[in-house]
Amino acid sequence: MSVIVFADTRGEKVAKAALETLTYGRKVAAGSGSTVTLVTFGDVPADRLAALGADKVVVARAASDADSQQLTRLVADVAQQENAQVIVFAHDATGKAVAPRVAARLKAGHVAGAITLPDTSSGFRVKRNVFSGKAQAWVDVTSPVKVISVLPNSIPVEAGSGSATVADYTGDLGAARVTVKGTRKEGEGIPLPEAEIVVSAGRGMKGPENWGLVEELARELHAATACSRPVADMHWRPHHEHVGQTGVAIRPNCYIAIGISGAIQHLAGVNGSKVIAVINKDPEAPFFKAADYGIVGDAFEVLPKLIEAAKKLNAER
Amino acid sequence: MKILVLISQVPDTTARIAFTNDNTAYDAGGVQFIVNPYDEWYALVRGLELKEAQGGTLTTVTVGGADTEATIRKALAIGADEAVRIDAQPNDSYEVAVQVAAYAKDKGFDLILAGKETIDHNGSQVGPMVAELLDLPFISLASKLDIAGTTATAERDVKGELEIVEAALPLVVSCAKGMAEQRIPNMRGIMAARTKPLQVVPAVPVDRLSATVRFELPPPKQAVKMIPADEAGKLIELLHTEAKVI
Repeated sequence: MSVIVFADTRGEKVAKAALETLTYGRKVAAGSGSTVTLVTFGDVPADRLAALGADKVVVARAASDADSQQLTRLVADVAQQENAQVIVFAHDATGKAVAPRVAARLKAGHVAGAITLPDTSSGFRVKRNVFSGKAQAWVDVTSPVKVISVLPNSIPVEAGSGSATVADYTGDLGAARVTVKGTRKEGEGIPLPEAEIVVSAGRGMKGPENWGLVEELARELHAATACSRPVADMHWRPHHEHVGQTGVAIRPNCYIAIGISGAIQHLAGVNGSKVIAVINKDPEAPFFKAADYGIVGDAFEVLPKLIEAAKKLNAER
Repeated sequence: MKILVLISQVPDTTARIAFTNDNTAYDAGGVQFIVNPYDEWYALVRGLELKEAQGGTLTTVTVGGADTEATIRKALAIGADEAVRIDAQPNDSYEVAVQVAAYAKDKGFDLILAGKETIDHNGSQVGPMVAELLDLPFISLASKLDIAGTTATAERDVKGELEIVEAALPLVVSCAKGMAEQRIPNMRGIMAARTKPLQVVPAVPVDRLSATVRFELPPPKQAVKMIPADEAGKLIELLHTEAKVI
């Protein structure tokens, strides 16, 4: 019996989402006396893979993450060889493409966006976010194989260690039917879905030319920048920065909103944040009701004070 | 080109979220239902643009009861040629995907478009599951899509990067913001939608793999702590020493 963890381990260092998935998989395995097999892909050094805390690692060196069919064959094949009961993914860009395919292929019930470990006291029950974080739902999975996609920032990472055996996958993944033709870097800084701290701004900034203050605060706090829907719709900021119900949903540790009124659709994308600070000149802005900290004031007066305080904090630590 | 667009019905984005029957079901009382924004604004409108530019037909498919027909007519009013409703009450995304795949299997669709997720269940599951059940390639989270001949080119926003990918038709694509602009149906479209074909097809048998058993609302927030604007710097201090998040 085993737990399969699929994770993207590429990059300068292993992404937080991958470490969360591994932590989740180890906890599921510990609860059921199983072993953990990490399934991954790409040109990642074997010694790094061996030390991530899995019992065993299978790596498909040639698989492309753009082709969900190749990754699906890979995960489904290893899962069948290992007689896996539970397969864990991150509910991120790659996980969203591959996990549902694996579930359909193996006729496994799939919990997308899980925020708790499974409750196995009677059956197999997992809690997930629904209504863009405005509610949560308990899902019973009744199929023999279960697929779980873990919502990023839902469980704290516990560092793994060990010296797992690392084997190259030798099965046939088929030809890639989706191929990458190129990539374009979209701005500098930290990718929004992974950010621990997010500085976000709205129409209260009056125009795109004033974003320098927002970016400066984000830099000082090592934060990602985000924006509200009107700001993205007016092309003041790129679409990938739009957080909210119809943009990106995020759940950072700290969300600082400047000049955003806090419409229900915006709240839906950020209400999973651990701490919310709201700066708005309108004391009646609905966002204050969802906030932990609030400042009623003009963005152009408040932001320089925040930047100054952040610089002071950085100098002290 | 034959295009299929997956349409789901969801509560309006401003609807109150409440539950009934001992928190086992969504309380739809007084709630306005709409076409899932990702399905409508991005998948349907981009599908229409491609059809208008290159010719062909656009069919929508919805899995649900007769109560979804007003929403389906909205998609017809925006410009779909015909609609299909598969008469089932699915328990999870797999059940939706099995119905859609069973319908689409031998119809020869070149392009199947879905929203990247629904705003109620947020699963992002149906598109890739349909792709798997039909053994088709899948492009997820596309923010731009073009078709030249039988080749699709798409852009995806992933990990702070824009990725440009290519695949041959037939293909399933999940659509995200950026792909198209919302279209408001005009009076002619609304009139025409009344007489466009809306075919109801029976469901195929499907195994149950999972089901939602109970809903919960998140715990209420603590009262907000206000900081005077002239002491704004104190916010950074509190986030560091009290909340310990920076």
